[in-house]
Amino acid sequence: MIKQTFFTFAAALSLAACRTDEPPLLPTTTAVAGSGGGAVQGFYLLNEGNMGSNKASLDYFDYATGVYSKNIFPSRNPHVANELGDVGNDIRIYGGKLYAVVNCSHLVEVMDVRTAVHIAAVSVPNCRYAAFHEGYAYVSSYAGPVQIDPNARLGYVAKIDTATLRVVDTCVVGYQPEEMAVRGNTLYVANSGGYRAPAYDRTVSVIDLATFAEIKKIDVGVNLHRMKKDSDGNLWVSSRGDYYGVPSSLYVIDAADRVAKRLPLAASNMALAGDSLYIYSTEWDYAANEQTVTYAIVNTKTQSIASHHFITDGTAQRIAVPYGIAVNPDTREIFITDAKDYVTPGTLYCFSPAGALRWEVVAGDIPAHIVFHHKNF
Amino acid sequence: MSNLSFQHSVSVFLLWLVQASLLCAQHRTERTADAAAPDSLRYLNEVIVSGRRLARDVVPAQTLSGKALQRLSAHSVADAIRYFAGVQIKDYGGVGGLKTVNIRSLGTHHVGVFYDGVQLGNAQNGQIDLGRFSLDNMEAVSLYNGQKSGALQPARDFASANTVYLTSRKPVFDGNKRDNFAATFKTGSFDLMNPSAMWERRWSSRISSAANAEYMYTSGKYKFRYAKKDGYDTTEVRRNGDVGMLRTEATLFGTLRNGDWRAKAYGYHSERGYPGAAVREEPGRFVHQDRQWDDNLFVQTSLRKQFSPFYGLLLNGKYAYDYLHYRSDPRLDVSTMYVENRYRQQEAYVSAAHEFTLSGWWNVSAASDFQYNTLAADLTDFVYPTRYTLLTAAATSLHVAAWSVQASVLHTCVNDDTRTASSAAGGKSAFTPTLAASYKPWRATDFSIRTFYKRIFRLPTFNDLYYTFIGNKQLKPEYTTQYNAGAAYSHHFKTGALQRLDVQADVYYNEVENKIVAMPTDNQFRWTMLNFGYVEIRGIDASVHAQWQAGAVHAGTRAAYTYQRAQDFTLPADAWYGGQIPYIPRHSGAATISGEYKRWTLHYSFIYTGERYDSRANIAENYFQPWYTHDAAASWRVKLYGTMIKITTEINNIFNQSYEVVRRYPMPGANVKLIIHATL
Repeated sequence: MIKQTFFTFAAALSLAACRTDEPPLLPTTTAVAGSGGGAVQGFYLLNEGNMGSNKASLDYFDYATGVYSKNIFPSRNPHVANELGDVGNDIRIYGGKLYAVVNCSHLVEVMDVRTAVHIAAVSVPNCRYAAFHEGYAYVSSYAGPVQIDPNARLGYVAKIDTATLRVVDTCVVGYQPEEMAVRGNTLYVANSGGYRAPAYDRTVSVIDLATFAEIKKIDVGVNLHRMKKDSDGNLWVSSRGDYYGVPSSLYVIDAADRVAKRLPLAASNMALAGDSLYIYSTEWDYAANEQTVTYAIVNTKTQSIASHHFITDGTAQRIAVPYGIAVNPDTREIFITDAKDYVTPGTLYCFSPAGALRWEVVAGDIPAHIVFHHKNF
Repeated sequence: MSNLSFQHSVSVFLLWLVQASLLCAQHRTERTADAAAPDSLRYLNEVIVSGRRLARDVVPAQTLSGKALQRLSAHSVADAIRYFAGVQIKDYGGVGGLKTVNIRSLGTHHVGVFYDGVQLGNAQNGQIDLGRFSLDNMEAVSLYNGQKSGALQPARDFASANTVYLTSRKPVFDGNKRDNFAATFKTGSFDLMNPSAMWERRWSSRISSAANAEYMYTSGKYKFRYAKKDGYDTTEVRRNGDVGMLRTEATLFGTLRNGDWRAKAYGYHSERGYPGAAVREEPGRFVHQDRQWDDNLFVQTSLRKQFSPFYGLLLNGKYAYDYLHYRSDPRLDVSTMYVENRYRQQEAYVSAAHEFTLSGWWNVSAASDFQYNTLAADLTDFVYPTRYTLLTAAATSLHVAAWSVQASVLHTCVNDDTRTASSAAGGKSAFTPTLAASYKPWRATDFSIRTFYKRIFRLPTFNDLYYTFIGNKQLKPEYTTQYNAGAAYSHHFKTGALQRLDVQADVYYNEVENKIVAMPTDNQFRWTMLNFGYVEIRGIDASVHAQWQAGAVHAGTRAAYTYQRAQDFTLPADAWYGGQIPYIPRHSGAATISGEYKRWTLHYSFIYTGERYDSRANIAENYFQPWYTHDAAASWRVKLYGTMIKITTEINNIFNQSYEVVRRYPMPGANVKLIIHATL
């Protein structure tokens, strides 16, 4: 009897031995109460996905319909092997194309901005962030040439022709370069030195875009990360600190490439709208073993803190790990993502300019980077 | 004498040793013939041979031994354990991929793995890679839920939520034979080359030895496929999964009057590559060059003696040295960060266990273990931790009428020290109990019902506490509570093809509190360890084992089924509250059938793992289809000039299913192996 049962069981399952392939995942759509994007048609949100999980994913929000579509890439690109990839680190729109920098897949995924359909993948090892200027994309990468000491390895910036989508030049910068900003015909690159803890980098590399050569380094502060250019041309650069004694802070580089100001304000991420720099900070203190979350708005004209909170309705209490921040340039709606524990889907929160919650929606794993899609495309 | 012993039964370890020698001098009475048989002897037959008093274990136990173990198309202990109920193996793929065991969803860290009676330790990360233990010289692999119910066992045997015992082959000499020789050569897919040799010698009536050595190389290369219906279909080759390994082992076995001893030296050296997660990449551009070198050396010794019908003693000692060297080199792969670290662990361990048989139905035992662990690493700001662990266990067994009851309590006292001042975690002192009972309602029928309760914790590992940038010295231990109820039935049939039938089934409820998890801090590259998590597990384990004979055909069939509902109940406000925890299928099972006819042996096995998710968010993005593999093997043996030669061929994953056990670590498709085994 046992034998018969066993054979039946085994036979039944061996018939099913050729498992069928699964279809590409379809988006999850949610109608949210969002509307009135002004000159903005919608936005793309890039979810990083935990490292090694290959779960970078792309969401789209459309102001016209108020529909949030989660994970649109697989169904729109069923022939792109292994989907978007591993760790989506930056997303930008330039010249009708959508660029997603996929860090641990070592490539920049280039898509049609209207459809998110794949156009090309540009290989840049350990790529981090993108910036654009006059027909070229500039992508920062940790993977510079290896010197005699493999531990002292500089990063570089790849120059990509946005017409041919090929890397046409590279420029070596500091250690583990992160965000960049273009001022005039000059590219500024924040160097972190994150692989070299505790010997972090402290500099911003200055690249002349005419020659694509590093012309100097500006000493700023340890472990630099974010960079934004305000309406006066000043560069706002964040330092992550060293997680022990040196706290995170914010620096201003003026038109003469001098460090004009240091604000003792922790800044993990920031978004610029008009003359307001929206900042949140999640500072982990290994000594005290606790995380401190703070929010602030800095007025870039007065270079001072205008407000210590921009979420005014108590929703901040529900946000465990703020991870992404964006402000609609037209309506000034504020978007904050919560990455939670990194291994379950995060949440996107939309706030009115006054800081009251308008809507929220479940996003992908580690929702992080938002780019607004203007109506003129 | 007995009173004296009892008064001191909770005293410190050194006192035990002193007493033991006193007892040693004063009690030298004859033992009964069957008393104090070493554990390993119990497993020589495939049929479970009971311990000396209990008809069967009070706690659920599963064993694969002897021929049944060797017939499995299994390369390592991890492959063999997949055939047990209640077990999930986390397998990163290939011969060299990390393979750890998770029993009843409590987590890898709650499994104690014992090799020839002494626990294999890893104070650094608490994980034992069962893929590294070959079945080449293994006599038995056993799994106990809760703890093994032997009375004479070290305190460490009480200190894990579940235990796996690996028992190496003990020499057996036919007639007047003084030497046994065996040699095996395995080859097949993945460029496998795996020779091994074994020599056993009887030096005198009281002393014998066994020595064996095994070398294994595999390129670890295999094709894997990712595809979507009406979408992409890509086949890639797994790179940098090569392993070179040399294992040498020598053991001396001795018998004493009413006892025995053994001393073992073990050496393992390996070099392996890490293929890494198979994520989207430009095919072929990045070589994945991370490498790891391991050296694991240990010496251990054990002595067991029944000094009188009243008193038995078991002494164990061990010293282990583990060296791990990890390198990731951007000169070989541009995409990587440079890492070069060396970790050196040392462990010293001594244990004394005492058993007092107060009467035919009542015995008590006590054990005290002392353990020293230290870790050195060339990490920035490393604190160089040392841990002192003192374990004291007291247990009693009662056998009254149809009832068997066992109760034990374990006291754990731990203190950590660090070279850097005030970096050490606080000390820990805790009592944890276990209670188990079984009831056999009918004298003539081998049927029993059983139940157990056990509460135990696992300490944070050195990595959890002290790893630079990640460790958190404020971590608390992670507790588990287990409740189990089940039944077991065995029967020998005097007529018919079915000769023997063993059936067992258990239902259980487990809780895991203060789960130690890695939590992100403010970005992807910085994590920390926190006590965050509460899991409830409800499950069923069932297994059937039957032996058959019809004419010259002998056959064995086994089947195991596992149901697990393992839910995360950490935060009620969480959207995924109550979700099934990562990588735990609700349904899984395994079945094997093997038959022997004259010189031929055929074996077939089937493993099924049901649908599961890799996150407690049980959504489509995190879903895995069920996977199931079919393996078959045939062997033929012949005697040539006094040498027994056995030739085996195996085909594994016959239907070439593409599957993953761990997300983005694809498993091998269909593969073959040829084994030539000669014994003299």
